[in-house]
Amino acid sequence: MSQFLPDFLQAYIPSTIQLIYLIATGFFIVGIKRLGSPATARSGNQLAAFGMLMGVAVTLFDQEIVSFEYIIAGVVIGALIGAFAAKKVQMTAMPEMVAVFNGFGGGASALVAWGEFQRLDPGLFETQALVTTGLSILIGSITFTGSFIAFGKLKGFISGGRIALPGQNYINLLLTFVALGLVGWFTVSPELQIVFWSLFGLALLIGIFTVLPIGGADMPVVISLLNSYSGIAASMAGFVLGNNLLIISGALVGAAGLILTNIMCQAMNRSLVNVLFGAFGGGDDPTASLDTGDKAVQKTFADDVAIQCSYASKVVIVPGYGLAVAQAQHSLKEVANLLESKGVDVKYGIHPVAGRMPGHMNVLLAEADVPYDQLYDMDQINSEFKSTDVVLIIGANDVVNPAAKTTPGSPIYGMPILNVDEAKRSIVFKRSMSTGYAGIENALFYSDKNQMFFGDAKKSLQELASSIKELD
Amino acid sequence: MEDLIFNLFIFVLASFVGFELISKVPPTLHTPLMSGANAISGITLIGALIIAGGSESVYAQWIGLAAIIFATINVVGGFMVTDRMLEMFKKKEDDK
Repeated sequence: MSQFLPDFLQAYIPSTIQLIYLIATGFFIVGIKRLGSPATARSGNQLAAFGMLMGVAVTLFDQEIVSFEYIIAGVVIGALIGAFAAKKVQMTAMPEMVAVFNGFGGGASALVAWGEFQRLDPGLFETQALVTTGLSILIGSITFTGSFIAFGKLKGFISGGRIALPGQNYINLLLTFVALGLVGWFTVSPELQIVFWSLFGLALLIGIFTVLPIGGADMPVVISLLNSYSGIAASMAGFVLGNNLLIISGALVGAAGLILTNIMCQAMNRSLVNVLFGAFGGGDDPTASLDTGDKAVQKTFADDVAIQCSYASKVVIVPGYGLAVAQAQHSLKEVANLLESKGVDVKYGIHPVAGRMPGHMNVLLAEADVPYDQLYDMDQINSEFKSTDVVLIIGANDVVNPAAKTTPGSPIYGMPILNVDEAKRSIVFKRSMSTGYAGIENALFYSDKNQMFFGDAKKSLQELASSIKELD
Repeated sequence: MEDLIFNLFIFVLASFVGFELISKVPPTLHTPLMSGANAISGITLIGALIIAGGSESVYAQWIGLAAIIFATINVVGGFMVTDRMLEMFKKKEDDK
């Protein structure tokens, strides 16, 4: 749009663009900072969005940009698709949504590097631009296919189990080395079409191969890591274009994704290597390790649960992903309100990986208007279970499985759990005796202190609410 | 070469800033943070604009168009969905 400005301003355009990029960078940093506290988070996100708008708007004045047909078409199409998806998505499907957006972001960075390579004469490319072009294509393409495989796994289009060739880890390792070798070859001989396309194709394949073997329960970690990749890919695209705003924003996101990934791994007491490559050897059959003998579970029903809760002084609610699937957050909130009106102390204990991403459960409960000062982190709530009369476990399973503490062979051994077995009574709301996401049996269900309330979470909670009302 | 070194400085320093900013976020906000950070990574849109609008080759323009569509989905969708999540947190604040 620079051609619409008077001539005497032309000379100032490049530095003005850079200065506005600098301001946009500030908006991103302050925005992310404000995302760190519930009170300021929304304004932080809006600040970052505004920074993005500034960056995009001022780029349109770049003297390199001479035609706008493709730009207008692309922005309109992309904005419509993005806005539609953002409006329609269910809060429970948030991990899938982030995976898809992330895939598009990574794909865009690969395309930008490819486009820049096509736009200019390869002879004009310096070595550093070629290296970063290769890396941008590599990382961006891995992010693209990896994110869509993660999406498929979360949606259930692709089996959540381990899908792998024999020796898949070694194949992946080999492919990654080959890909890095191709980046090197591309840098030396950018004119060879075959090298460029092999790199592109191989990168797309690596994305598929690395995510496919990883279990559905680990998808949040994968998405978080891919989120980091898409930032790095954007940063690499910034190196290619010599654009500071891209380099900085990409690096910020790259760091964010890594920290989050690390936090998620810690919550599961696993290393990133273990998540990505799984347990070497394998052969454990965790389902066989639980010897329940002929012990049966105790069943209970709404009226009984209502009495136990109403006469308790302290009730802790442990929500899991099953609660969200049943869309039972509002019914849960009603039960909690009824109990509170009877003077019962009601708290929510949130495991770090409840839901499918860290903080996912907090979002789902916020949607049902549960005040966030009633939500307690695992470390805060674990010391309170001893003085708790009743724990209601709704749609959660693996995060309360004592095997994490007691069974060294279990896949979840070592994962910090909510110590619900310390409470005087635990009641599990569950559809059936089926296993959780990790696919292992739960000894808690067979405990003397535990009762099972079978049924759909929403229906069970509605029954419970009406039973509590009848007690008045 | 000097450019590369200069850019590397920026890259490394920005990574440290990101590291510090984000390590202080409470778990409650991790999902919105991931989604918001993801939207910021759509900044690659700026690169896409230059390629779609600044190329003489039609081939590069089409690649640029695809890149713009992808990046805009990421940016617009990402910021809007983050705002949707955070709007609910905001409501709690007002209740009290």
